Amino acid sequence: MNEPKLSVNGVRKVFEGRSGDVVALDGVDFEIAEKEFVTVIGTSGCGKSTLLSIIAGLEEETEGVVLLDGEEVYAPGRDRGVVFQSYTLFPWMTAQKNVEFALRGSKRERADVARQHLEMVGLEGFADAYPSQLSGGMRQRIAIARALSYKPQVLLMDEPFGALDAQTRQLMQELLTKIWEEHRMTVMFVTHDIDEAVFLSDRVLVMTARPGRIKEDITIGVDRPRTFEVLTTPEFFDYKSRLLAAVREESLRTATEQLAAR
Amino acid sequence: MAEAVTTKTPDAGAPKRAPANRRGRKRRGTLLRIFNPIEPRTYMIIALLSFLLLFLGWWLAAEVNLAKDIFLPSPIDVWNRGVELVKDGTLWDDTKVSFLRITIGFAISTAIALPIGILIGTYRAAEAAIEPPVDFIRYMPAVAFLPLTIVWVGVDESQKWLIIFIGTFFQQVLLVMDNVKRVPREYVDISHTLGMRDTSVLRRVVLPAAAPSIWDTLRITLGWAWTWLVIAELVAASDGLGHRIIVAQRYFQTDTIFVGIFVIGVLGLIMDQAMKFTGKRIFRWAE
Repeated sequence: MNEPKLSVNGVRKVFEGRSGDVVALDGVDFEIAEKEFVTVIGTSGCGKSTLLSIIAGLEEETEGVVLLDGEEVYAPGRDRGVVFQSYTLFPWMTAQKNVEFALRGSKRERADVARQHLEMVGLEGFADAYPSQLSGGMRQRIAIARALSYKPQVLLMDEPFGALDAQTRQLMQELLTKIWEEHRMTVMFVTHDIDEAVFLSDRVLVMTARPGRIKEDITIGVDRPRTFEVLTTPEFFDYKSRLLAAVREESLRTATEQLAAR
Repeated sequence: MAEAVTTKTPDAGAPKRAPANRRGRKRRGTLLRIFNPIEPRTYMIIALLSFLLLFLGWWLAAEVNLAKDIFLPSPIDVWNRGVELVKDGTLWDDTKVSFLRITIGFAISTAIALPIGILIGTYRAAEAAIEPPVDFIRYMPAVAFLPLTIVWVGVDESQKWLIIFIGTFFQQVLLVMDNVKRVPREYVDISHTLGMRDTSVLRRVVLPAAAPSIWDTLRITLGWAWTWLVIAELVAASDGLGHRIIVAQRYFQTDTIFVGIFVIGVLGLIMDQAMKFTGKRIFRWAE
């Protein structure tokens, strides 16, 4: 691997609380290569979202450093696009305006680029619809269109399909895979859904329970292009069972610790 | 085409049959079950009956002389008095004066409360400086300021504005602060990742996001402002609806008092509904 696109070195995050400090992340190290799709998976509360916020520059690390193209990241910026799970679109703007909001340039250019990206996610017919008129899946598609429209260096996705029902989520995963396979960009994706992680990723990083650290780094060798059929292949199951074991170990640890704390 | 029709038929038929079977058992007691929805028409009828009953009770009480006429005039007397007051122009003049007072007082309060509320809702330092004293003053009853306002500004129009201001402003500031605070942080975070500066995040994201709830705050505080207006007019005024009520009391014209109370109630209701309607039109997206 030559120069990594994104590099996270020794990131530690401590939240100061009334009942003592909470170490959310403790020595997180990993790298993402250019045009690589990497998923970070872990139990709830392991700090995976905090990690994403730190990379996005929305939160500050207590120790360590995040490098993008070798440069330290301090604040949020247009080089890192973010897609959240909820409240992703501005409800007072139409789909079209939501995408245009992210863009710079002349009015005409912005409208054109926004339209292209709505088309990319198959929603060109809903340009004038307000978010409240759209389903949860459609809203996330527009959020993805917006994040892609201004061509950030890295796309950070924080459980973007977490609030969707199982069927919609599956369709969204297929759509994202299709778009990614066509356009190839650097993605860091956060989820707790193992199927989702295997299906989407080139590599899956498993985090430990709090304090979060990278516990395992598994390269997913499933061939591309991937369609929903890979979900039932033995190969897919192999990866799934490995990840399941790794994640389960951590959730059991959290559960026993919680019981002990009582 | 043909396919679409055949697939639709069983779908459309099924739900039609199901309720027919159960109708006899299900329909009974719909009004008596908790959280059970009722038809809008039924709702309307019940509401109208309730009003009718209220008036009937009033009329009956007056008719059998439950209390002397100077304590409880009959609804018919009140109506006649109202018509008289409309005809001689008194009611219109009073309403105009009161309406102007509340508009100016409320406008002044809102114009100052909005920027301050937004400021302390977004900057913690501003909140620390302004919120505690505002919260403190809010609990001082505005009525208790009446004598003070008269000492300060006398009994002219500005005294009425001041009372409305004292009663409304501090509540507005805190409510607007809360409205702004409730803007989902995701909106702000997204804007920051798009490279926007705080000032434009405030203008292009926080304000539009909070606008519908701020509008509701204005609507609710406008209702409260009516109370302060009437109190101000009851104490020291030479015209206005509140003044008309206090004068009527001096001459035991209970029917005029009733007219005054009703007009104030109806005006308040109209303004409230007008704001509700306008809000729905402006913020159609917020559904």
